[in-house]
Amino acid sequence: GSITTADGSALVKLGNTTVICGVKAELAAPAADSANKGYIVPNVELPSLCAERFRSGPPGEEAQAASQFIADVIENSQMIMKEDLCIASGKLAWVLYCDIICLDYDGNLLDASVFALLAALKNVQLPSVMINEESGLSEVNLKQKNPLIIRKHPVATSFAVFDDTLLIVDPTAEEEDLATGTVTIVTDEEGRLCSVHKPGGSPLTGAKLQDCITRAITRHKEVKKLIDKVIKSVTPK
Amino acid sequence: DTSVLAGLYGPAEAKISKELPDRAALEVLLRPKVGLPGVLERSREQLLRQTCEAVVLGVLHPRTAITLVLQVLSDAGSLLSCCLNAACMALLDAGLPLAALFCGVTCALQPDGTILLDPTARQEQEARAILTFAIASSERKVLMANTKGSCSVEEMQQCLAAAQRAADAVFQFYRDSVRRRYSKS
Repeated sequence: GSITTADGSALVKLGNTTVICGVKAELAAPAADSANKGYIVPNVELPSLCAERFRSGPPGEEAQAASQFIADVIENSQMIMKEDLCIASGKLAWVLYCDIICLDYDGNLLDASVFALLAALKNVQLPSVMINEESGLSEVNLKQKNPLIIRKHPVATSFAVFDDTLLIVDPTAEEEDLATGTVTIVTDEEGRLCSVHKPGGSPLTGAKLQDCITRAITRHKEVKKLIDKVIKSVTPK
Repeated sequence: DTSVLAGLYGPAEAKISKELPDRAALEVLLRPKVGLPGVLERSREQLLRQTCEAVVLGVLHPRTAITLVLQVLSDAGSLLSCCLNAACMALLDAGLPLAALFCGVTCALQPDGTILLDPTARQEQEARAILTFAIASSERKVLMANTKGSCSVEEMQQCLAAAQRAADAVFQFYRDSVRRRYSKS
């Protein structure tokens, strides 16, 4: 991937918006109440270098809301089953820290973050881990690597709404600032809705929302083809 | 059994760093029942803030701050729509100029396909998907939508239609509450 020290990474450019996602895998003990589940921890960062409006310091509301959105997409679409991350029930499981950092903010952060996350997870190679029966310690075999099992491929499509009538797909920062509202639809390959995210903004009729959803489903097919093409070209033969 | 206490302060003088030159600056603070506010609360605050900004006529009060504080008293399911309803009633009670009223409705899609409105915590856990909508009083348009879990497009449309029908009951409750409040003054 783009980051050599990470277990999986991807750099996505949607117009001028540039987002990089790095996935690091660490080992941890599973939680007491779900002994056969690992963890996926997404974190979206909007550093001050990506746009003038973001100051350095603790994460602002937009970064936190984006992190929560990504966590919801992972959960709702079931792209990775946490059970697949478990190595030994109750003793050892993988923790995937997914850091999504925006390098250039020109609108449509959520779409780019979801793509970067999907591409990075497809790029992840996890070393195989065996638990030594006698000593009880884990042995990590860095020579033998396996890719992650990704069940679903969610794709996000964002729209900027102007005065309940006009819809613009994939808005730039300027369009977003002038818009009266935004809608983000996340679909998976079966045409199911993983998330409908409309944080306030001008009211939309049900018919307009349906229009957004149909466009999102069409766009999903194009994006999936593109991601598959790129992953195939990167995979070492 | 879910209850949320809402307090609205404003339009009051805003800090210079926060004031907007042409409209009121709206701020929402959501405090959970236990623990410190985390990422989930921030994301809900953003949803509530942008929903309120769409209905409050902020241009009538430029360079002011409107602060809405929500404290979760108990959570027995459908928390987000309870917060939405509390927010709207607080706006009504404060007498702020509004373009429309809104109400929050939660739909749970059960594994067998039936739609349940305002689910309890137990029903939420068993459900395949939970959809929360904020419906505006003008023509029942959708102000806010938030989904948890995946569903098909037809199911979403059915839930939306059910939520729009249920919104009538909530708006009637608003009317009755306001009428009661001002009847024996």
